[in-house]
Amino acid sequence: MATVRKVLPQRLVGLVTVPANIVPTPVKIKLIDMLSKAGLPVVEATSFVSPKWVPQMADHAEVLKGIQKFPGINYPVLTPNFKGFQAAVAARAKEVAIFGAASDLQRFDEILKAAQAANISVRGYVSCVLGCPYKGKISLAKVAEVTKKLYSMGCYEISLGDTIGVGTPGAMKDILSAVLHEVPVTALAVHCHDTYGQALANTLTALQMGVSVVDSSVAGLGGCPYAQGASGNLATKDLVYMLAGLGIHTGVNLQKLLGAGAFICQALNRRTNSKVAQATSEL
Amino acid sequence: MGNVPCAVKHCLSYQQLLREHLWIGDAAAGALEPAQESAQLSGFPEYVKIVEVGPRDGLQNEKVIVPTDIKIEFINQLSQTGLSVIEVTSFVSSRWIPQVAAGATEVSVFGAASESFSKKNINCSIEESMKKFEEVVKSARHMNIPARGYVSCALGCPYEGNITLQKVTEVSKRLYGMGCYEISLGDTIGVGTPGSMKKMLESVMKEIPPRALAVHCHDTYGQALANILTALQMGINVVDSAVSGLGGCPYAKGASGNVATEDLIYMLNGLGVNTGVNLYKVMEAGDFICKAVNKTTNSKVAQASFNA
Repeated sequence: MATVRKVLPQRLVGLVTVPANIVPTPVKIKLIDMLSKAGLPVVEATSFVSPKWVPQMADHAEVLKGIQKFPGINYPVLTPNFKGFQAAVAARAKEVAIFGAASDLQRFDEILKAAQAANISVRGYVSCVLGCPYKGKISLAKVAEVTKKLYSMGCYEISLGDTIGVGTPGAMKDILSAVLHEVPVTALAVHCHDTYGQALANTLTALQMGVSVVDSSVAGLGGCPYAQGASGNLATKDLVYMLAGLGIHTGVNLQKLLGAGAFICQALNRRTNSKVAQATSEL
Repeated sequence: MGNVPCAVKHCLSYQQLLREHLWIGDAAAGALEPAQESAQLSGFPEYVKIVEVGPRDGLQNEKVIVPTDIKIEFINQLSQTGLSVIEVTSFVSSRWIPQVAAGATEVSVFGAASESFSKKNINCSIEESMKKFEEVVKSARHMNIPARGYVSCALGCPYEGNITLQKVTEVSKRLYGMGCYEISLGDTIGVGTPGSMKKMLESVMKEIPPRALAVHCHDTYGQALANILTALQMGINVVDSAVSGLGGCPYAKGASGNVATEDLIYMLNGLGVNTGVNLYKVMEAGDFICKAVNKTTNSKVAQASFNA
């Protein structure tokens, strides 16, 4: 039975954690255009963060203005604070994303109110839902509380992130069970990291519980800054492969996606993290 | 590492983090504190037997030929981990008597659900192979030696593409009927996904009880753990894997092959499923063999832990 599923956000913040070389703006723009042509319904384009903190994203306004905006595709941008939000609005962003941690939700109040007034959608991210590099285990109640808060403040969707990839299917099930008491499943997404190879299994569990929005990154870009040498994001191709095998509709063209992955890996001079790409490449 | 904020450097060391988490378990005890209640409530088996195929399947498919003394040391290390089954070596000739003379305590027969694969791999049709296996298994049972049956291409064939459920079921049933105590269903080229795994198992389980089945998933397309998870949810509790994910895929150059034992144990620990295996010791054995064959591990758990 094929179920029509909704969107597959494609997270490009993976480019932030690539060390050393800063990716040239035209390369970023071309990558995003290729991803749009591959049929991804959501492509997170850039981050309006201070260049002092993240020089890799200094060209945020240029990127957002330079990409082709295909109809039916969303291009959210990260806005870590109100100043970033204002810059994003000036660059004509239609959707923004904020990162929620328990202590600092208040500062997002300003963004959410302004976004609502300007008819701009806001997506919320909750990090470390299955484990934190500083605190270890995180309580289910805390995650549910933060998620609920972001939702009630006006985020249309909350992406639950296994930031250091320590989660396993059992833990994913527990966290979703807790969160689903507070927020409807239609407003949830999962963002699994593959640091311990668990991402796809965790994502499958989330799908079995009714989640239908999954974050991933082309070629599995973006290492884990907390464990040198470890992988980070789930590779979009591997995710699409599984969903296609399950008969779940995504609207994504795997061949074109492979092309986008090959392009960026060549530009970054690095090997893909996607197993599907490795298996199908003509090496 | 580029622009990593200095706060990160003060975070918990990965080793400490992992020890505190359910998913690694106690290094000294070796096995996890059984959270069996939650495992059972979630529809997972209480215990999963891991069949370690690294020394045989893994090394057979690596380009480097490993010296015998290294193989022995590798197997000895694996024997200290708690693994109850370690597939040691293979005698590919049909004259299997030397195996018994060499002290083999179990034999394996390799069937395929694809005619083309059977012909290319063992140079005979499925029917011909079954007749040969019948002889082997019969004699083995006579000597009280258990026989394990393997079915290759259970979820797809590199030559024929899709394989029918009926064929996989028929071959599995044949092997079981002739006396194999366990049938390992292999996704030889790793093309399977949870959906196809479910359908295949539903079909095979009509003829063979789940306790006599195992899954042997390849990670060529990154689907292995998701496929294994599905199999577990259906009642399978024997899983083949290879330490460090040894053994590439001979059908897709550059592609990975076996699922890494470390990553499998990590998942099972997190699910509260008992394996009796010490993940740290497996990681050490994996580190040893990777250095010996001069290759990087295919295990994500190892990559995350050894480079931290």
